[in-house]
Parts: sequence; structure tokens; C-alpha cells
Amino acid sequence: MSGKSRRDFLKTSALIGAGVTGLSATAKAGPKNILSEDRMGVLVDTTACVGCRNCEWACKEAHNLPAGNLESYEDRKILETKRRPDHTALTVVNEYSSGKNSNLPVDVKVQCMHCDHPACVSACIVGAFSKHENGSVTWDTDMCIGCRYCMAACPFQIPAFEYDKALNPKIMKCDFCIERTKEGKVPACVSICPVEALTYGSRTDLVKIARDRIKRNPDRYVDHIFGEYEVGGTSWMYLSNKEFAELEFPKLGEKPAPGVSESIQHGIFAYFVPPVSLYALLGGIMWISKRRKELDEEIK
Amino acid sequence: MNTELHNPVPIKHKYFTPGVFVLVILALNGLVFLMGRFFFGLGAVTNLNNQYPWGLWIGVDVAAGVALAAGGFTTAALGHIMHKDEYHAIIRPALLTAMLGYTFVAIGVFVDIGRWYFIWHPLIMWNGNSALFEVGICVMIYVTVLYIEFLPVVTERFIGKVNLPGFFSGLNKIVDKFLRMLDKGLAKTMFIFIIAGVVLSSLHQSSLGTLMVIAGPKMHPLWQTPILPLLFLLSAISVGFPMVIFESLIASRSLGLKPEMHILSKLGSMIAPLLGIYLAFKIGDMFIRETFVYLTEVNTASVMFTIEMLFGVIIPLRMFLSTKVLKSPLFLFIASALVVFGVLINRINNFVVAYTPPYSTHSYFPSIGEISVTVGFVAILVLLYRFFVINFPVISLPGRQIAPQSKYTIRGVK
Repeated sequence: MSGKSRRDFLKTSALIGAGVTGLSATAKAGPKNILSEDRMGVLVDTTACVGCRNCEWACKEAHNLPAGNLESYEDRKILETKRRPDHTALTVVNEYSSGKNSNLPVDVKVQCMHCDHPACVSACIVGAFSKHENGSVTWDTDMCIGCRYCMAACPFQIPAFEYDKALNPKIMKCDFCIERTKEGKVPACVSICPVEALTYGSRTDLVKIARDRIKRNPDRYVDHIFGEYEVGGTSWMYLSNKEFAELEFPKLGEKPAPGVSESIQHGIFAYFVPPVSLYALLGGIMWISKRRKELDEEIK
Repeated sequence: MNTELHNPVPIKHKYFTPGVFVLVILALNGLVFLMGRFFFGLGAVTNLNNQYPWGLWIGVDVAAGVALAAGGFTTAALGHIMHKDEYHAIIRPALLTAMLGYTFVAIGVFVDIGRWYFIWHPLIMWNGNSALFEVGICVMIYVTVLYIEFLPVVTERFIGKVNLPGFFSGLNKIVDKFLRMLDKGLAKTMFIFIIAGVVLSSLHQSSLGTLMVIAGPKMHPLWQTPILPLLFLLSAISVGFPMVIFESLIASRSLGLKPEMHILSKLGSMIAPLLGIYLAFKIGDMFIRETFVYLTEVNTASVMFTIEMLFGVIIPLRMFLSTKVLKSPLFLFIASALVVFGVLINRINNFVVAYTPPYSTHSYFPSIGEISVTVGFVAILVLLYRFFVINFPVISLPGRQIAPQSKYTIRGVK
């Protein structure tokens, strides 16, 4: 009898084991998070940007969002209010008062920064975000459950959600034109920019270019490349003639956003040792207290 | 010697009272707004936006819900693992609250996520770096464990009383036999689930605290600290017993029973040390990170922090130290209610008040729809609790034989 039940037990465990391996084989093993040496980036020179908003139009065209005609973007009234990227526009341009040695207003293009250590990739419950070899951070529509933790986690407050949709609401953000770059094209916003405010290239080169520009034109720029070190570095980087805080860039440290939470998480779950030890400890306490009770009753 | 204290029976009491009707109306009101959410999207019912992705539903229905269901694992640890038999009478009511509480946490998540039909995705799509993944998986397993822990209450209710209607009556004997087998099997293996329940609770109660760590500077420094997981675990442990006392006193009042003061006072005497440990860590953290400077300015954050600490921790801590409070049902109720309130406010503070996104033009306040749904869920939870204690052996009445099924010990060692 006991032999049979043991065999049954082994059979069941084998089945469960097979089930688990089968499951993990089909499961996507965590999000992709590649930090390649050759990752690409964009350098945004806000001193060159004229606020034509052609990039907004090109972005919508490239992502099949209603874009309207390009002429309607010449209306500069819209620049009077500060806007944020959302599900209708993955990038927007905001205008600020002039900076040092200039009478011209400062225009800042806003979109996903494509962090080197993205908080969204770390946070996403199902691993729907991925950091790719070319530097882009993208979102997988088939995996997302719409919990919006990425939005709570993002230090730049970039991911947007389609709150007005009852079915299949999407998380929307700049995808670094991954479909275009796959074909060897440059991102839509970069290709349309008429004043070359946007430079697309390898991140390493862009840092060199930015340093060089600051060195050659110390009067034109503040000595700070935003994104070089912020939250561990971002693929998109900015040059400006004004302090970045005045352009509503968040003040961020140099540590990657997911650093602390990941070390806590991996501390609690280090090879499952802490949970298993806790289980064993509680089992021990349960046994000892049962024993003590029995002894008490025997004495009585 | 204390065996007569534990005798769970279905309480004979009529279900509908004027208060119950009010709850039914609140529940229906919540369900109407809930339909709006499913037909027209989250934006139609909530005040959430791209700046404030999480609001009342995550702060209260999920985070506070998990914390306030902590009575389940704290009483299981006390009664079953530490073998304090005198507390067995409160284990079942606490277990029922935990089971219903976690069920509504799951429902709360279900209605809050944009793609509710993909709620099962975390089961096969894993991200070990995500604190939310950890919380999600642990809560899913723990809900299952709670249902298993509650099964003996169901088998006890129906064994020997199986009476299927009409055509199915032929199956009565088979169902009865099945229930008896189930009951026997559960009694032998229950210790596995009880220990698992405590481990799973410790894990996800703390991971719930890790959730907001990644928001970094977007969270007010009064709350943002790397020891958030520890603070969440400690506060969950300290709110477990107050929550049990709180609802035990309400239930006995509502069902016309004598309050079980002999147990509740003893339970209450353990709360002060637990709250004290939590307070020590909270204040220690404040001094190490020098965040007390934020209390010198008067704004929403500092006021909410003061309310949370003063009314939710310090005043009840002082109250629980007094023997007079422990012996009076009224004062015991007030002190317990304050701790429950404190943890509720703490979770709201952590997830809603402390969260200050960089580009918000106006701050978030829950919409009528969000409040209605949350209130509706609480109403349904109370209605279900009432249904269960009237129809199932949950609450103990003194004076009769002990029910052996509800005492579980570790097996396999003679």
C-alpha cells in the first residue's frame, strides 16, 4: 500500500515537474535588457530648435496616428501652453523664455529618453518592455495587462495610457522608430528636422560631439549634457543655453532608477533561500510548540 | 482546559436589518459605476491620468486591502504555529476576513488594470525584477491557500447534512463521502498550507512596500525610503490583531452576541509591543534620513503624515498600554479602530498622497465613481461576511464541545 502511494507520489511529482518545465519553456524568460556598446541615440540641441513642430507631424505619420496636414503645425499659439506626450502624440515641443546670450525662445522636444537602465523594463509585471541592442526601449502590446506600473516608475513620466478605451487600451510612448531603423532609415523626427537640431548616431559618438560643441561654444551652452549621466545615462541627450531645471527637466541623480528596488527584490529572493528558511523556521517553531504542549499534558 | 472556548457554529440571526439595506444600496451604487468602467474605459469613471496612473483603487482596494487582511496570517501564526490554543476562537473569523479581503484585492486589481482579460499573464510571463510581479504571484498563491484553509469550514457545515434538491438527491451519499474524505485529507495536510500562508504573507506584505521604491524622487521623502518593505511588513503585522478585535466587536454587536473580551483583551495586550517596534523603525528611519525637516512646513504631505503617525500609531500605542483600555470593550474598540485607520491612511499616503509626479497641473482627488466603487466593494464584503457567519460555523459560542477539525498541528513526527 505504502509502496503504491510512493509510486503515485513520484508519478505526480514527475508530472508536476514536467508541467513546470513545459510552462517555463513557453514563458518568455524575462524582458530583454541589452546594453550594447554600439547603441544608438539622439542629441537634441535646443539652441538650434526653432519650434516648427515638424517632428510632431512626422512622428504621428510614422506611427499611424491622426496627423492632420503639415501646414496646420505652423500655428505657434499651441506653444503658449506646456504639453506632454500622450496617446495622440508621442512627442511634443514646448517653448520656454530665452536663455543666456540669446533673445530667441528655447524650444524643447519631449519624448521617451530611452534610458540605459529603464525603470519601465524593471517594473513591468509581465516584462512587456524591452531595451534593445540599438538603444530603443519598446513595449509589447500582446503581453501588457494595463496595470500602469511603468507610468508610476518612469522618472520622466513618459508612458501614456489610453484611458478612454474600454477594450485594448494601449501604453503609448516613443519607440525610437524601431520599425524604421530596422530598415536602415533614421527616426522620423530626425529625418524631417529642417535645422538639424536632432543628431542621430551612436551614443558614444554623440557624447563626443556634445562635449566638442560645448568646448567650442562655451557662450552658447551651459556645461551640462542632460542624459549623459542622469539615471545612469539615456539614449536621448540634450544641450541647452539654460539650466535644465528651468526647462522643466526633472532633477535626477546618477544612479539607475531601478537600482534600489532590484537589490531589495533580489535580496528577499536570493535563490529562494530567505523564503525557504522562513518556511523551515516556522515549521520548527510549530513542531516545538506542539511538543511542548504534549509534554505539558503528559505531566498533568 | 480552554477547550470550551472554541465551538464555531452558524449564528442564528436574521440577515436583513435596516443597516443591511443601506449596505445593499451602497453595493448597487458601486456596481453601476463599475459597469461604466467596463463599458466606457477607466477614463470615464476615474480621475486617473498620465500623471497619476494609480489612485484610490490601488491605494485602498489593493494596498490597504492586503494590509487589513493581515489578521489571517497573524492569528494563524499565533494559534497554529505557536500553538496558543486559547486564541483558536478568533482564527476562523480572521480567516474569513482574510479570504474575503484577498478576494476583493484580486477583484480590485481586476477592475483597475486596463486589460483585465489578461490578468492571468503574470502566471506565464515572468519578470523577476518587478516587485509588482512578486506581489501578484504571491497574492494569487495566497488566495488559493486561503480558500484551502477555509475548506474545512465548508466540509464541517455540510458533512452529514448534504441535501441536494430533487434529481440530484441520489448523489447525497457520494457527496457526503467525498466531503468526509476531503476533510480527512485536509486535516492531515493543513499544516503545510498554514506555514505557507504565513511565508507568502510576509513576502508580499513587504514587497508591496517595495512597489513605490522605484518611483524614487517622485515620492515625497517623508515616505520614500529603502526600508519601505520592512515598514510595510511591520505595519501589517501590527494591524493584524487590531483588525480582528475591530471586526469581532462589530460582529458581536451586530449579531447580538456577547463580546469575547477574555480573548480580545489578551490579544490587545500584544499590540503595543508590535506597534512600538513599527514606530521605532519609522522614527529611526526619519532621523537617519533627516526627513523631519519636512514636518516644519505645513502642506498636505506633512499634515497627512502627522495624522497617520499621531492618530494611527502614537495614540493607540499609548491606549493599548493601559489595562483600563484593554478591559473596556468601548476603549478597546476605539484603540483598534485607530490602528486600522492609521494603516489605511498610511497606504493611501504611500500610494496617493506621497506620489508627486513632475508634470502634474493639478493634484489627484478620487472621482465620485472611484469612491462609489470602493465603498461598494466594502459593502459587498461586509454583506458576504454576514452571510458566512450566519450560514457557516465561523464564530465560536462558549459552552459546547470542541470541533476537532479546526485544530491543526504539524504531522509526520510522532
